[in-house]
Amino acid sequence: MIRALLAVLRRDLLLAMRQRGDVANVLLFFVIVITMFPLGVGPDKDTLRLIAPGIVWVAALLAAILSLGRLFALDYADGTLEQILLSGQPLSLTVLGKIAAHWLMTGAPITALSIMLAMVFDMAVGPGATLVASLLLGTPSLSLIGAVGAALTLGLRGAGVLVTLLVLPLYVPVLICGALAVNASVGGLSPVPWLMILGALSLGATALAPWAIAAALRVSVE
Amino acid sequence: MQTETIRPLRFGFHRFSAPPEFYRLAGRLIPWFGLLAAVSAGLGLYLGFFVAPTDFQQGEVYRIIFIHVPAAWMAMFIYAVMAFWAGFGLAFNTRMSSIWACAMAPTGALMAFLALWTGALWGRPAWGAYWAWDARMTSTLILLFLYIGFMALHSAIDDPRRADRAAGVLALVGVVNLPIIYFSVQWWNSLHQGASISLTRAPTMAATMLEAMFVMMFAFWMYSIAASLARARAILLEREKRSSWAQQMAQE
Repeated sequence: MIRALLAVLRRDLLLAMRQRGDVANVLLFFVIVITMFPLGVGPDKDTLRLIAPGIVWVAALLAAILSLGRLFALDYADGTLEQILLSGQPLSLTVLGKIAAHWLMTGAPITALSIMLAMVFDMAVGPGATLVASLLLGTPSLSLIGAVGAALTLGLRGAGVLVTLLVLPLYVPVLICGALAVNASVGGLSPVPWLMILGALSLGATALAPWAIAAALRVSVE
Repeated sequence: MQTETIRPLRFGFHRFSAPPEFYRLAGRLIPWFGLLAAVSAGLGLYLGFFVAPTDFQQGEVYRIIFIHVPAAWMAMFIYAVMAFWAGFGLAFNTRMSSIWACAMAPTGALMAFLALWTGALWGRPAWGAYWAWDARMTSTLILLFLYIGFMALHSAIDDPRRADRAAGVLALVGVVNLPIIYFSVQWWNSLHQGASISLTRAPTMAATMLEAMFVMMFAFWMYSIAASLARARAILLEREKRSSWAQQMAQE
């Protein structure tokens, strides 16, 4: 069972490495969206420092959603997904492998990029480190919850817009806790409680989301 | 249809899960629920607008509470019931329960919208702004988004059975998420006045206000049931349009 999970993970990573452009585009999107905010709000450093955590988190949400299209769609189009469903391996586990690959290709690089963004927004070391930590703990749940939406909208007309509509409301707790962690750190409070909640959300999503994703995939593929 | 030839248990409630039986029963019940809704809404509004005393802090404007609070309650409650039936339909593959869930969604969305709308109208004189990003308004807004998502997903899928199951999964995910959303939004911000009615504390409202509130609550219940039944009937007729009983009913 674990072997199947690892095999799927390896395969998805390999595929992603063969099409590096797709991965890079999502990251580029993340950076460009963030660049737009100072242009809209104005270059005042204090204002930007204040809204930086919110901007980075919202951009991370959007980037996660944008990348969801690739999660199952390619496998669905070429029939791989049917083979995975027929393979006799527990679907919730193989799906977890796919999501782990998705996170490694979106959540992890976004977290790494946020170090640079914290410097761009002139954040202090403490809040900057909190931002990175919150993204590290929060982005797995973005991949997990998003995958439910991606599985539900598989092969539908206008799936891209629909998945945004379905998934963004469900991202609210992650967004709130992520931004609160950074704000607590800015205000001189300990961000640890919020980081713990973010971790708890990710763990809870890891436990529950694969079931929902597996059910949704079965509905979509049959 | 097969369902018509199977003899159901004499007093079994579940025989109404057979589409023709449900259709007939719903047709008979809708006028009664509608009547109850109209009468109790009339009574409740009379009590609320003319009998209940004026609030010493907020004046007359507080009276919008008699619509605002029942709508907000119904919005939350309907989501839970909808998710229950959607999950039931998912687990046992029963058609009627999925149709029932599907029929409830627009009423729930209407209630959420009504709660937000009346809340905005109330907020203007009470807080000085139509919209304050406070916890309960925001979570009701997100609840409205969840309803809209449920309906959007259902209408995006052409095959009704697949739509039922996909929307069912979504409803279950939403119902797990709702408490988390609710608490996170509450941590995020809390300006809203505390709960108006609490089960543990003695109510702070005048008795007539409370009576009017409960009568209105009852009216909203009856309306929701009547509207959902009517919608379920329409969905049923549309889906079963190839069966003989549905064609018979449609001609009558």
